[in-house]
Amino acid sequence: MSPRGLMPMLILLAALALVPAFGSNTSINFLVSALIVALAAQGWNLLGGFCGQFSFGHAAFFGTGAYVDAVLQARYGVNAWAASAVAIAAGAGVGWLIGFLSFRAGLRGSYFALITLAFAEVLRISANAAPITGGATGLLLKLDARAANFQFASRGVFCLIALTCVALVLALSVWIARGRLGAQFAAVRENEDAARALGIDVLATKLRAISLSAAVTAAAGCLYTQYFLYLDANIAYGSWISVEALLAVIVGGISTPAGPIFGALALHALGEVTRLIARGVTGIDLVLFGLILIAAIAFAPTGLAGLASRLRRALG
Amino acid sequence: MYSPAIIAEAMVNGLLTGAVYALVALGLTLVYGVLHIINFAHGALLTCAMFAVWGLSEGLGVNVYFTIVPLAVVMFGVGYALQYWLIGPASRGEDSNTLLVTLGLSIAIENALLAVFHSDTRTLSGDAAFDVVELGPMLLSRPRLIGFGVSLLVALVLWLLLTRTDAGKAMRAVAKEPMGARLAGIDVRHIFALTFGIGCACLAVAAGLLLPTFYVTPRVGNAFVLVAFTIVVLGGMGSVPGALIGGLLIGMVESLGGLLFGESLGQGGIFVIFILVLLLRPQGLFGARA
Repeated sequence: MSPRGLMPMLILLAALALVPAFGSNTSINFLVSALIVALAAQGWNLLGGFCGQFSFGHAAFFGTGAYVDAVLQARYGVNAWAASAVAIAAGAGVGWLIGFLSFRAGLRGSYFALITLAFAEVLRISANAAPITGGATGLLLKLDARAANFQFASRGVFCLIALTCVALVLALSVWIARGRLGAQFAAVRENEDAARALGIDVLATKLRAISLSAAVTAAAGCLYTQYFLYLDANIAYGSWISVEALLAVIVGGISTPAGPIFGALALHALGEVTRLIARGVTGIDLVLFGLILIAAIAFAPTGLAGLASRLRRALG
Repeated sequence: MYSPAIIAEAMVNGLLTGAVYALVALGLTLVYGVLHIINFAHGALLTCAMFAVWGLSEGLGVNVYFTIVPLAVVMFGVGYALQYWLIGPASRGEDSNTLLVTLGLSIAIENALLAVFHSDTRTLSGDAAFDVVELGPMLLSRPRLIGFGVSLLVALVLWLLLTRTDAGKAMRAVAKEPMGARLAGIDVRHIFALTFGIGCACLAVAAGLLLPTFYVTPRVGNAFVLVAFTIVVLGGMGSVPGALIGGLLIGMVESLGGLLFGESLGQGGIFVIFILVLLLRPQGLFGARA
């Protein structure tokens, strides 16, 4: 992606940075939730978009990030920043392990999607039963709004931190896409046998992709914990985040660095509007998401980013 | 620890349940075998069928078993139309697209059902679930026995259809070599839709057999489809006899596992089996192609 191609994204991020200064609490809440999904989706994109391995179970990484962060603080009194760092590393570790087991067994395509889903579900069921995670009642973090605790009295500050995380991962994605690693990811995505013939270690490349991807999605889990200060198994390891991360990428534009951010913001806005219009009808926003997924595959396989560039070309 | 009679009863009960599992898995494996796609919406479609059975039986007072045939016809039509006009065109022959389209379909169906019926658990009124048959020392549930018989019958019909009819021959030809089949004058798109329709019809039968002893919620299909995926992988993707044997096996494992380790093992245990089978023996127990 050229620096010019990134301009709209940078302008958007700068505009979003103004929201905490002028926006209401509701709009900040909305933005933080959207940014957490955007970050998770950026993680999904590193594996699914860049490297072509579709995961249906990114909740496994989101939940590990969220739970490790929360459990270390609530049960062992670890500092929140240190806990977050450990949680991101733990997320990467779980990613590496799932990747090692599945990729070494030669699973790809639908099989990989299914096994990631199964791993996420096993984690969800275990977290729902284990005493250390608080079981079905969940885990509540103590409210103590100090910067040293990674908690802030002002929602705006937290929003800026989330925005910074998203911007950092955007920069990382652009850097990867342009560099050697991105080329290796793309080679594995397009044709594994050809990549192997070129001397690329396919397994090692996929493991790099899934560890990076899992670390980013685990970071999104940490942000969730620190912002909402409450977790249960259906939030942390629930399929909602696997679906939203994937959907944001498909809708926004797969394997483009900015796609997941566009997608997450667009979907979140749409979900909010739908819930407002059809008040009290549970799940109606998800019905729409499902239909959008089908429509995106059928009519806009390159997502919003693709539509935008097609529009630009049409306008000359 | 347990008397042989109890263990025998658990095994037989497992076999009875396993047959209905096998029926759900048959639809999935058939679609995989011919279209080479994983139908992620299989569970949501099963839930639809179960709600239809529940509605017909509770709302209109139709006997559960009389709903099976008309519903199978309707579900066949639904499946045919879905594949012909939606899934096929939208995925443009790419596996990853099919996976995402059927995922979108399952999310939409599941949540639409949730919006209409909420997450309440519904069962059929009446006491069919307690209707038992005495077989030697064992007490067996009559609806489950019926389920077992009908499932085996459907599997037999399916097998005859695949091996003895022109449509079946065409399906097998498409499964082996879609391009060659097209050149031989077979309408591949029609055969794909036909297969998908038959897969959905299996779900209608399974729904009618399940409901007398089971409940229905908007998410109930997930539990079954998970079991079905495990069975399909265990039996070898695309293999009809594999699905049948895999189904009976999983039913028995679940029943014995529940007896020995407690029911809580349930779903988590099946997920673990699924992961292990995929990691260790992705070609299935019977070595069919994966």
